[in-house]
Order: sequence, then C-alpha cells, then structure tokens
Amino acid sequence: MSKVLKGLLYALLIILSILSIFPFWILFVNATRASDQITQVFSLMPSNFLFKNFDSLLSQGFDVYSGFRNSIFISTTTTILSLYFSALTAYGFKVYNFKFKRYLYVVIILSILIPPQLSIIGFYQLMVKMGLTNSYIPLIVPMIAAPATVFFFRQYLDSILHKELIEAARIDGANELYVFHKIVMPLIQPALATMGIFTFVVSWNDFFTPLMIITSKSKYTLPMLIALLRGEVYMVDYGAMYLGLSLSVIPLIIIYMLFSKYIIDGTTLGSVKG
Amino acid sequence: MSELTDKTRLKKRDWYGYLFIAPFFIVYTIFHLMPILNTIFLSFTDLWGFNTEYTFVGFKNYIDILHNELFFKAFINTLIVWGMNYLPQIGLALFLAALFVSNHDKIRGEGMFKVLFYMPNIITAASIAILFISLFASPNGSINLLLVDLGILKEPFNFYRDVTVTRIIVAFIGFWMWYGKTMIILLAGMKGINPNLYEAAEIDGANNRKKFTKITLPLLKPILLFVFITNFAGGMRMFDIPFLLTDGGPNYAVETISMFIYKQAFTGSQNFYLASTASVYLLMFVSLVTFVLFKLFDDKEKEGK
Repeated sequence: MSKVLKGLLYALLIILSILSIFPFWILFVNATRASDQITQVFSLMPSNFLFKNFDSLLSQGFDVYSGFRNSIFISTTTTILSLYFSALTAYGFKVYNFKFKRYLYVVIILSILIPPQLSIIGFYQLMVKMGLTNSYIPLIVPMIAAPATVFFFRQYLDSILHKELIEAARIDGANELYVFHKIVMPLIQPALATMGIFTFVVSWNDFFTPLMIITSKSKYTLPMLIALLRGEVYMVDYGAMYLGLSLSVIPLIIIYMLFSKYIIDGTTLGSVKG
Repeated sequence: MSELTDKTRLKKRDWYGYLFIAPFFIVYTIFHLMPILNTIFLSFTDLWGFNTEYTFVGFKNYIDILHNELFFKAFINTLIVWGMNYLPQIGLALFLAALFVSNHDKIRGEGMFKVLFYMPNIITAASIAILFISLFASPNGSINLLLVDLGILKEPFNFYRDVTVTRIIVAFIGFWMWYGKTMIILLAGMKGINPNLYEAAEIDGANNRKKFTKITLPLLKPILLFVFITNFAGGMRMFDIPFLLTDGGPNYAVETISMFIYKQAFTGSQNFYLASTASVYLLMFVSLVTFVLFKLFDDKEKEGK
C-alpha cells in the first residue's frame, strides 16, 4: 500500500470510529449538563448537573430502578431458559436416533426463516385468550424455542463432541441427564457465552412485544420506560432525558466491552438475527 | 440373545431423544406455530375491537386491503428505507471486511476498530431513536447548534419536517446500527476461503481487484445470500426506530408495514382482521423473495458446475 492510500484508509476507519462514539459522547456529556446549557450551546465537555438531573428524572415518575429490575429479571430468565433448552434440544438431535429425527430438524431450520414478529396479531389474540396479558410469561417462555440457537449449538456439538466421551461416562454408570449436565454443558461453554450475549441483548432491547403485552406501568421494561422519555415533560427537561437514556445505554456498553471477544472473533456466524 | 437385549436397550435409550427435544417442540407449537395459524385464521374473519365474536368473510380482507392507500404507502416506504440503508451498508461492510482480511496484522488497532463498528448494534433501538430525536431536534438540538456554530447552516433546520431528510435519518440509523454486524459476518465468511487460492492467483499475476472479484465474491455467495435474506427479513419488520422517531411522519414518510399492523391492531377501532391480513401479505412477500433468491442462487450454482 502506498503512503497516501494508507493515510486515506486510516482516515476512513477513524471517521467511522468517531461516528460510533460521537452520538454516545454527546449523550453522556449532556446527561451532566443543565437543560438550558444543552439547548443553547453545543459542547463536548461535561458539566456538573448530573445529580440535579437525576433528582429531576426521578421526580417526574421515571422509575429507573423498577425498569432495571424488570428488565434484568426478564432478560436473565429468558437467557438461562433459552440456553438450557436449546442445548438440550441440540444434544438430543446430536446423540440419539429416533423416528422422524430428520424431519423434525428440518422444521427447526425452516423456523429460523420465519420471524416471530410476523405472527404478532395471532400471538396477541392467543395471549388474551390464555389470560396472559400484562404477564411476563409471553416475554420469557417463547424464547425456550430458539431455533437459531439450537442450530448454532448443533453445529458446535458436531465440531467438538466425540461419542467416545459419552460412551465412557455411560459405562461409568452416569444417566443421560447427568451426562448432559456434567459433560456436555461444560464442554460447550464458549458457545453458551456467545449465544448468551445475543439472547440477553435481544431480550433486553425488545420493545415491540412488551409494548403490546404489558399494560401496567410498574411492570414496564427499560425500553418501554425509555419510550416515555419522548413525552412532553422530558422534551423540555433535556438534561433529565439524556440522563435517562444514558442509564439505559451504559449497562449494555459495559456488557459489550466485557464480552466483545465472543462476538467479534467471527465464530457467531450461525447466530445471526435479522 | 445378548445381541437382542443390546438392541432393545439402545432403543430404550433413544427415547431420551424425544424427551430432550420435547420442551422445544411444545413451546414452539404453543407460542410460535399457533400464533402463525391464528394470524392466518383471523385474516379470514372480521374481528375488531374488544369483540369476541366474528364471522367468516373469506378472502374479502385480502381484496379490500389492496384498496387501502396507507397499506401500499407503508409497503413502499419500508422498501425505500430498507434499500437506502442496505446498499451503502453491504458496500461498506464488504469493503471493510476485504480490507481487514487482506491486510491482516498490518492495520494497527484492527480489533478496536471492529469493536467500535459493531457497538451501535447492541444498543437498544428505542434509546437510539430517542437519542436521535433530541440530537436532530429543532431549533435547539445538538446537531442544529453545531451546524449553526460551524456556519454550515444560517438558521436551525427542522429535519423532521422534511420527507427526504427524515427518510435519510431513519436509513442512516439502520446503516449505522448494522454495518458492523454485516462486516463481522462477511469477515467470518472470507476467513473460510482457502488462502492457497489467493497464492495461486498471485503467482498468475492477479492484482487485488482481480482477486476480490474472481475469488472472494464468487466464494462468498452463500454468505452474501444469507446476509441479504436476514437483512431483508429484518428490514421488512422495521418498527422501533421510525415509530419512536416521528411516529411515521412527516406525511407518513417513514410509516412502515409493521407500524401499519401495530396501529391497525392496537389503536383506533382495533381492526385485528386488517392487521392480520397485512401480516399474512408481509409473510408471503418475505417468503416469496427468500424462495426466489434461493432458487436463482441454486440454478446458477448448477450451471456453474
């Protein structure tokens, strides 16, 4: 590469990096500034109104704590259940031979291609009939059937699981569930980590489903609370609004920075969500 | 005799297969399959509001909706905004992936760049929408203040009153949130290409562009197809960003199909019959495009062999 070309490429990479950081930078900076500062002067430097904004945010009924609690509960439960049952399903397909196995697996592959949101009306009406509106069950339980996760685990098992390992454990008298819990689950830990992050983030960020299902404010998830920030009160009190947004963004950035290697190294091909 | 018991024991163990996959299929049937069937079912009824009774109307909804201007507008909008986001997205992602693969270990901070490019993808879309409302607010949003400060604008510009500008902002957010992820997927695909092919091409005197068009692109086709299909299916369901950003405005410029479905079902007179009909059309459209692409791709593969 010539020097000029190299310079241009670095310029592009740096511009794109700034593009990734800039909106969040303004977000965090403005969370520390007073509303009249924000609306009058553009600045990239923090100010000292953080705590005042926090008081003002809470006083307007923006219950951050309950939003966090609800979202953490939903996302954690969803992730654990989804990982466990997806691994169980993938393992079931991997080691046992049973009738219709091939066809059932084809069903899983095909269902990856059908996005659940397209059946949202039927889903909603069904939940009404089952009396599950304003409940977390419709947000958590459906994720037990995560076809893309099953597919990813199956691929992973194909590449690392040797039948001898299972046979050896069986000869030692281990029952089938024991083998799955004590041998298979530890073995697929990297795959669990990768899919765990995706599942958690997808569940944490979901807005559409809770918007339909949840009606009482005390059960609102964080994205639903965030949507309230669009209301008139906050569009005047910019400082409080930016702080509310920051609070929703910071946990994700921390999780991402901790686990980014599981995402970035490209082993996540099978996990893509549209 | 002993062989026989061995066989029956094996069979007995294989029952665990059903046991292990049962939770998936039970949940799938109740929470995924039944909603799909129910949606299709409702599209043949006249269910609306809080009614629990309905009558069958056959294909009436499917014909009626074709006279619904907003439905068409939403359909076209969704395609336009998706196209405006996808084309630059795939272009940049391909370029960056090729750059990182062919200059591996030569670009300083490669890992950091990848982490940063991917980052917007993990942030809650709702948060990003609210952030962009306030950044581009008029007259006092940060972008207006900045552009006036820099002398680029004489006076604040009302971004969200302009059809084209609003579409560009929505498309930009999609582009910005997804190019990093697309790049990572393409990178994974490119890493899977046998390096010997490039070496052989180099010996034959091929330059970088030749290598890219004659080796990388053809071998990357399955991945490109995969990216296109998942991206398309995702783009056709676009909801959070345009819904929160301008609620579809100005003048329905970014009203998407998903928003049409949502609004029909959950606002006004709650026309579930119309919402489910629109859903089935959307489902058919996405399936058709996917099917045609697979078919085209498959035939071309066969011709090539």
